[in-house]
Amino acid sequence: MADEILRIENLHVSVEGTPIINGLSLTINRGEIHAIMGRNGAGKSTLANVVMGHPAYEVTSGSIFFKGQPLEELEVFERARAGMFLSFQYPAAIPGVQVGTFLKKSVASVRENPPKGRAFRKELNAAMEQLSMDKSFLSRYVNDGFSGGEKKRLEILQMLLLQPHLALLDETDSGLDIDALRIVAQGINEVAENSACLIITHYQRLLDLVKPDYVHAMIDGVIVRTGGPELALELEDKGYDWLEVSA
Amino acid sequence: MTDDAQELIGDYKYGFHDPENSTIRFDKGLTEQVVRDISELKNEPEWMTDIRVKSYRHFVERVMPEWGNCSLLNMIDFENVTYFLRSSDKTEKSWDDVPDDIKNTFDRLGIPDAEQKWLGGVTAQYESEAVYHSIREDLEEQGVIFLDMDSGLKQYPEIVKKYFGTVIPHSDNKFSALNTAVWSGGSFLYIPKGVHVEMPVQAYFRINAKNMGQFERTLIIADEGSSVHYVEGCTAPSYSTDSLHSAVVELIAMDGAKIRYSTVQNWSSNVYNLVTKRAVAHRNATVEWVDGNIGSKLTMKYPSVLLKGEGAHAEVISVAYAGKGQHQDTGAKVHHLASNTTSNILSKSISKDGGRSSYRGLLQVTPKSTGCRSKVVCDALILDSDSRSDTYPTMEIGNSTSDLEHEASVSKVSSDQLFYLMSRGFSEEEAMGLIVNGFFEPFTRELPMEYAVELNKLLELEMEGSIG
Repeated sequence: MADEILRIENLHVSVEGTPIINGLSLTINRGEIHAIMGRNGAGKSTLANVVMGHPAYEVTSGSIFFKGQPLEELEVFERARAGMFLSFQYPAAIPGVQVGTFLKKSVASVRENPPKGRAFRKELNAAMEQLSMDKSFLSRYVNDGFSGGEKKRLEILQMLLLQPHLALLDETDSGLDIDALRIVAQGINEVAENSACLIITHYQRLLDLVKPDYVHAMIDGVIVRTGGPELALELEDKGYDWLEVSA
Repeated sequence: MTDDAQELIGDYKYGFHDPENSTIRFDKGLTEQVVRDISELKNEPEWMTDIRVKSYRHFVERVMPEWGNCSLLNMIDFENVTYFLRSSDKTEKSWDDVPDDIKNTFDRLGIPDAEQKWLGGVTAQYESEAVYHSIREDLEEQGVIFLDMDSGLKQYPEIVKKYFGTVIPHSDNKFSALNTAVWSGGSFLYIPKGVHVEMPVQAYFRINAKNMGQFERTLIIADEGSSVHYVEGCTAPSYSTDSLHSAVVELIAMDGAKIRYSTVQNWSSNVYNLVTKRAVAHRNATVEWVDGNIGSKLTMKYPSVLLKGEGAHAEVISVAYAGKGQHQDTGAKVHHLASNTTSNILSKSISKDGGRSSYRGLLQVTPKSTGCRSKVVCDALILDSDSRSDTYPTMEIGNSTSDLEHEASVSKVSSDQLFYLMSRGFSEEEAMGLIVNGFFEPFTRELPMEYAVELNKLLELEMEGSIG
């Protein structure tokens, strides 16, 4: 039986009074990878942010459920503690807060039985090695002066450590060279095995490395077509205009 | 929120007070007779009595500062202050001998515990005088003198006479005059030539009584090529009426010596904290002020360094946290009086819940002091729209061979930072606490670890229960 993680029903979202998402429905089960593709301004990032609970986005109608629980009751940090994770397109810098301290505290507040002391360090070392991250990362300040690629690696590192049930990946592939993309994709595949995954992207190239079960094309805040991996290739090839006509 | 934290959200963790069992308490108010009585009670040499009386007269004549927060300053009622209060008949060398009620206070503040673990010496001052004093034997054997100031004057009158008031004359300002007139307690620390004191020595200042005035006087002399780290902490109970803390701290770093003076001031929000701190650095000497101001109603404090000898260096790192009803008017002053002297000033302030923080700085390079370098960085973080931050930097540069930089920034906590941290499982309060700790990190990393941990906890508590 399908293990439902995320269910979005007829969602409408506005930002400062402007409608961005206009009746979107989507269900993601455990073990599934979904990709949402669309042009700039189609509402992809809005979707990721609203699911995570960004206060600037207003749900005007419709509902979002996480493991059957309506999300409107949960604050952002409660969503994180319930097992939701957003890999940010533009992660904020927190000057003066060291990556190591930050990761330890974050894991301690999110994971049910967080590893402590040596167990945590062991897990951390393994994950960093997997992502080819140098130890010196740990003493740097969170995202402060990081290159685009470093920021994305830190996002994936957090995802590996927090072990979410739902991973929302917002443009995680942007700003990565091909080697970094491969490393990041490996991380996503690992987490995706046991969770639900929503990948937001412009490009096909990440989807060569992380095979989606479903691909959704998004235009003007609605999903206009859903297909398998072949849809991503088609979108890459033909763009979105042909869908607009048929929508 | 934990029960612990909840309990502490009476705002101020050290706001408890113990019953007052004074052995001598002067009537409120200040007259020349009070000044003479203090001196007589302490059996001081005549020259000190004379200095006190001269200072008292200057204090009376001197007008209040006409800058800073004048409306708060003018609310000080000098007639409603107790200028001397003796709570124990002598300064003990063992915690066991300190009267129980006072020992109880310091136990609650964790002082005896800290001493055992990581300090080279401790002075604990309660009201006007030191009640406990100790120094590690090995330091004493190397000739280090660490005493409360009253004992210092008794045992080493010639050293005190030579240096007392040489860095900060009584006429420097109204409050240095007041301190010089009624001073009591404080530390006297002398480090002999070439001696390096590895473990920090600490003084702890506690006001317990209502309407108390605490006027400690500290004199630190680091002889040639020696080094020391001195740490002071301060707390007081939360009363609805005001207390006055007006200290004078003089540091003298001889050729090649190094003094680091760290303060974590956490007075309750009914305390006026008006302190004059100044150092002289001779040839190739280094003086570092590490100055943290978390508490008090009004703090006016601008640690200064006179760079008198060629190659001397000054470092002033300060943080100020201004919460509800608080004004932290702090900063730094560095005078480059010799060539090739260098200085760094880093000031960080946070204003929250209507609090106000001001940076007031002076950087002076005299015309003859060539090849000086200085960098001043002031960062302010404002946590809500009711709060305020101002910067008043002054630079007087007398020549063109010196290199000076000044950077200032004012920022707010961004919603992006909060959302990011909350998406990682931190509550809004925890997120705020992380951002604030991060902002102060350049300061806390300079503190001994135990203090840094304590300060971080303190700041996290300040963030709790206050976000609506």
